[in-house]
Amino acid sequence: MAVANLLAFARAIASGTIRVVDLTQTLTPDFPTIVLPPEFGQCAPFRLEEISRYDERGPAWYWNNLTVGEHTGTHFDAPIHWVSGKDLPDNAVDTIPAKNFIAPAAVIDCSREAKADADFLLTVAFVKAWEKQHGKIGAGSWVLLRTDWSKKSYADYAGLRQDGAHTPGPGPEVVEWLVEERDVHGFGTETIGTDAGQAQHFNPPFPAHFYMHGKGRYGLQCLTNLDLLPAKGAVIIAAPLKIKQGSGSPLRVLALVSAERE
Amino acid sequence: MTEPLARPGRKDPLKKTRLPLNPQGARSRAAHGLTAAAAEGRFVLQSCADCSAVVYPPRDACPVCLSPRLPYKDVDARGVLLAETTVRSSTDPYFRERTPWRIGTVKLDAGPVLVAHLHGDTKEGGRVRLGLKLDKSGAPVAIALPEQDTPHMGDDPQLRELTCDPKFRRVLITDGRTAVGQAMAKAFSEAGSSIIFVGIADAWKPFPGMDALRGIERVEIIPLDITDSESVLEQAEQNGGRIDIIVNTAEHIRAGGIIERRGINIAREEMDVRYFGLMRLAQAFGPGMRFRGADGVNSATAIVNLLSVYALMNWPTYGAHSAAEAACLSATQSLRAELRSGGVRMVNVFFGPLETEWFQTVPPPKVAPAALARAVIEALKKGLEDVFVGDVAEDIRLRLAVNPKALERELAG
Repeated sequence: MAVANLLAFARAIASGTIRVVDLTQTLTPDFPTIVLPPEFGQCAPFRLEEISRYDERGPAWYWNNLTVGEHTGTHFDAPIHWVSGKDLPDNAVDTIPAKNFIAPAAVIDCSREAKADADFLLTVAFVKAWEKQHGKIGAGSWVLLRTDWSKKSYADYAGLRQDGAHTPGPGPEVVEWLVEERDVHGFGTETIGTDAGQAQHFNPPFPAHFYMHGKGRYGLQCLTNLDLLPAKGAVIIAAPLKIKQGSGSPLRVLALVSAERE
Repeated sequence: MTEPLARPGRKDPLKKTRLPLNPQGARSRAAHGLTAAAAEGRFVLQSCADCSAVVYPPRDACPVCLSPRLPYKDVDARGVLLAETTVRSSTDPYFRERTPWRIGTVKLDAGPVLVAHLHGDTKEGGRVRLGLKLDKSGAPVAIALPEQDTPHMGDDPQLRELTCDPKFRRVLITDGRTAVGQAMAKAFSEAGSSIIFVGIADAWKPFPGMDALRGIERVEIIPLDITDSESVLEQAEQNGGRIDIIVNTAEHIRAGGIIERRGINIAREEMDVRYFGLMRLAQAFGPGMRFRGADGVNSATAIVNLLSVYALMNWPTYGAHSAAEAACLSATQSLRAELRSGGVRMVNVFFGPLETEWFQTVPPPKVAPAALARAVIEALKKGLEDVFVGDVAEDIRLRLAVNPKALERELAG
């Protein structure tokens, strides 16, 4: 096998032959985080505390301390995050092999369906129809669900009503199918979680977490700019912070897209 | 009759803002018995434990029998205004700006004669009630009030100098998501505040009472999260120059002691909301308020902090919560000293369990949010600094004064 020409790759990025698409939401204090019932422990929202800003606290430099939860903002879910993945090898952000942080993506566009129904659920039939058009989802590929949810106001984005959140996501059988039949790398969404807003009522509850992490697969959530990706062919770079036994981490998610789109 | 206060016009932007000045505020240690009473709105004088003489001014020994046993006791505040005079010029910088200023001597039914500030509705030779109040320097002074309440009596300029009346003032209620925050907004609207800014954190999270809150007259909803320094600063930059009263309604109430909690995440949240939250508010809004302490009818006048009475003595059923409240209380004591130069009052309002969801399993008596809001308005109108609302808070206050150790043991159950 020929040695990959990494310099040519770097040149392609510099010249724009390969586009770099930022799939990351900006970390801001007011970006919605997941809301659990108030008696549970909560994920810390993003907070920034200035250490100094060219002032008496540090005359020539500006820097901040920050507070986040592992699942704040655009973030990565490791298998250890869910009880189904708790005993797997290499299941935490610090032990996942580094090569797993780079993988291709299949982007399934459900934006029309999600617009019509906030509780839209991805099904096996929907994915099979997608595959008819774009070809089979390859093993080791991220499946990213494009819903255009990232374009909504925060209130609509969180979708909170009296009976919980109403946001789109995968149904239970499609997650199991993607893992077992397509051997996917992980599942990514624009919404606050990889699961649908009402997924605590599914069987099993939170199937994207349960099946993906149960088989050592990963999650990405709070993604944006998925509408700039081709259905197939993008390569995702998603390397979480190396937190000892971390269950996940906020991160910068980048997509590499060939400028000559198929 | 008091001339009703006119709604202040808009400020002339070409005029310099008057800086706050304070009247002379030094008092003897013995006289701080009056400070404590004025802070709570009680009227007390020293009363000799040996010969029963009622003593004023405060002393270390009884002027009648030389006994050193001179405890403060509640005393009948009624008396006669013997003589009055009007100060028309003064060398004292504070009073110079406030002349003409009426003062007089009041002979109390209980015996002593006091020099007092005079409310406009008092007449020489007439019956009066004396009120002990804290002046801008935080020192206790007496003011003679008419025997019966008179119309618009709180608008009297000499009395208003000693109170934090919300009428025509602009208020910031830091958290409107809670029942207490909403009751507070309603109470300030009814008390005649000009604008009631109500902070809402995470506006994307719906909450009960939102529509009713928006419907309250002169309420303006603003984004504010006191756990976020940036958000607090942003609000101070936008509205800090026109906020005269802050009522910190941000709460974080969870049951449980120290050991039974796993980890410190909840404690961190408690401290973030209650201790650091107050600190963020004070750092962002404090300098502006201190600067505007003498800025006319709607001068900056008070920061009200709502506190669990268990800040004073830990209630282990809500043990970690009590500890965070205690930290918050300690911060208010520092703030009180820091705000004093600007004539801005730090008001602590203590209460026991509230009639809210976080105290659901606690048996009555509990304080209803509306009652708490009424007490805050009342405290500001009277110019109080330490307020105890409801039976539980009052009970804790009394027991703490008698035997703190007994209270500690009894609260432990």
